[in-house]
Amino acid sequence: MQAFFLMSDTVISVENLSKCYRLGSIGGGTLRADVSRWFAKLLGKEDPNLKIGQEHHARQEGQDFWALQNVSFEVKQGEILGVIGRNGAGKSTLLKILSRVTAPTSGEIKVKGRIASLLEVGTGFHPELSGRENIYLNGAILGMTKAEIKNKFDEIVDFSGVQQFLDTPVKRYSSGMYVRLAFAVAAHLEPEILIVDEVLAVGDAEFQKKCLGKMQEVSTKEGRTVLFVSHNIQAIQRLCTQCVYLNNGRVKSAGLTEEILADYLALNKQGLVYRKNSKPESKATITYARIEPEPKPEPNYLDIELTVTANCLMFGSLEFVVYDNTGSPIGLGQVGLTGKTEPVRLAPGENLFKFQMLLPSLAEGNYFITAQVAIPWVTVIDVMDSSLAFEIHRFEIGASQKPFNQGQGFGCIDFKMVVHK
Amino acid sequence: MDSVSEKTVEQKSPAKWDLILRPKTGWFDLHLADLWRYRDLTMLFVWRDFVAQYKQTILGPLWHIIQPLFTTLLFTLMFGRVAKLPTDGLPPMLFYMAGITCWNYFAECLNRSAGTFINNASIFGKVYFPRLCVPVSVVISNIIKFGIQFGLFLCFMGYFAWKGALIHPNALVLLTPVLVLIMAALGLGAGIIISALTIRYRDLQVLITFGVQLLMYATPVILPLSMFSAKYRWIVLANPMSGLVETFRYAFLSSGSFDPMILAYSAAATLVILIVGIVLFNHVERTFMDTV
Repeated sequence: MQAFFLMSDTVISVENLSKCYRLGSIGGGTLRADVSRWFAKLLGKEDPNLKIGQEHHARQEGQDFWALQNVSFEVKQGEILGVIGRNGAGKSTLLKILSRVTAPTSGEIKVKGRIASLLEVGTGFHPELSGRENIYLNGAILGMTKAEIKNKFDEIVDFSGVQQFLDTPVKRYSSGMYVRLAFAVAAHLEPEILIVDEVLAVGDAEFQKKCLGKMQEVSTKEGRTVLFVSHNIQAIQRLCTQCVYLNNGRVKSAGLTEEILADYLALNKQGLVYRKNSKPESKATITYARIEPEPKPEPNYLDIELTVTANCLMFGSLEFVVYDNTGSPIGLGQVGLTGKTEPVRLAPGENLFKFQMLLPSLAEGNYFITAQVAIPWVTVIDVMDSSLAFEIHRFEIGASQKPFNQGQGFGCIDFKMVVHK
Repeated sequence: MDSVSEKTVEQKSPAKWDLILRPKTGWFDLHLADLWRYRDLTMLFVWRDFVAQYKQTILGPLWHIIQPLFTTLLFTLMFGRVAKLPTDGLPPMLFYMAGITCWNYFAECLNRSAGTFINNASIFGKVYFPRLCVPVSVVISNIIKFGIQFGLFLCFMGYFAWKGALIHPNALVLLTPVLVLIMAALGLGAGIIISALTIRYRDLQVLITFGVQLLMYATPVILPLSMFSAKYRWIVLANPMSGLVETFRYAFLSSGSFDPMILAYSAAATLVILIVGIVLFNHVERTFMDTV
């Protein structure tokens, strides 16, 4: 009974949160702007330099850039809430406001309980101090008292696995040790609400697993709330029960993780991509790509068109990694990567390629393709992120074929490619 | 079952929030209680500054003695021997050392707290704690340095008294803790005002380094107050540090003068500067990350 009431208790309530940044160089003329602002304030007029409380339609108005616009959501106790969105969607700004690094421009956040934020691991580590000394320093910066750290000290050291090096200055640590020690301190915080930003991108696989496990434990066993921001869709999927999807500074959708993730991945769905040759120094860039499935509920092949703009003559490979809608790679189609197919000749200028990718039996759902140009086994020259998508509508299980299920993790389907000359 | 129903009632009553983040807060919403809650952090900063500063040095904290000692010797040589400036009839060495001990403390507090936001932007950008912890820790860690230099000063006093110089410490010596407190508050207040303004106007960062040096000449560190002509005396007296240095020197060396009014002025000016500083600092700390 008690647990039920606790679970349904709202611990963070975000209401109409907006944050405006001023673009361009600040400085030079700021004194004048400041004087005019003070003057306006004195006369009781509206601040001429910052517009607050307006209805914002465009994200950018003149010099103002709205990183967040009217964002509202709630977090209940014991939830692990995932925040997803593309780069620049406003995730970091939201975390900064929640962790009190900066204040909102308008709106309000109400919080129940102590917040600790982990926007970075090892904040405030002093390179000259030893591991032992830094545990105390970092713990205190994150909001622990000295007594709390003392109690947890052995646990922290155990978790980090750097016992032997406790009295060595952290500047002599390897980056892995440094991160492990830092995360160990953070993991032993005991706030009611923990805010975590992509810290899991560091450390080896084993340590990442340990971190994810720790976060899960904190939430399920101790009933604490976690806000987790990540690009790692698999981590979000494993950890989070609820998700908020930010797009261009607004909440696009919020709710159960599965639904939101499907929404997030579907937004990327398109069959045609034009790219500017953004990196002129690059030897080759994929500038145009188009896929078109054969018009059937279950296509047997995809038509792929690809333009690669090269700077010089070279021989390389074109690779297509296919992902399912959970973001797991399921297979690879390639031309020129292995000795079985001839290397692709890229002449200076635009090179148009036409392929047919043969599809095996796939489960119903959305799939995404990342195209890349590479010199086989040496270097990847250009990658075009999963912006090409196709959809399998229906699959009838035949007698002989076993379908590939989504969400099974890495697969190694060989997507056969047929090159059209 | 009783406890459960109690819980239910509690949940249904209007929600109590521990923290509400709003765009703007009042100028005097200073949340100083937070500073107290984070006292462990403040003390760890003090300890970090002290320990980290002398890692990989040979002389370590001895530098606290060498630095003022050489400044004193230099002043004695330049102003005492070469320029032959009067020192109220005291051994020049003691006279300068008294001034330098006080001035160093104030100047260090001011200089180091003036850089609070700029120097700590990387930490401040990642985690919240009351920003005031940093300048407060600076002031406290400088007290340790002051203590060492003060001890050195007392040693020299003993030495000169043994050699037969006329030194008469008087009852005002008991005011020393108060004087140190006022100096700390003054350095802190002025420092955080500058730190708050530096975010927008970086010019101050340059200005402060030589501004503090210039200010020393408008304080009776090198020249006794009695040497300033009536025309310029008010400038020196307007500087709140003057009363403190004069009182300190009078207490330990019985030179110069002691005027309770001047000391009272120093204390009042310090209080005003400190309050303005805290209010300004507090106002800026909420959004400085957007500007810095």
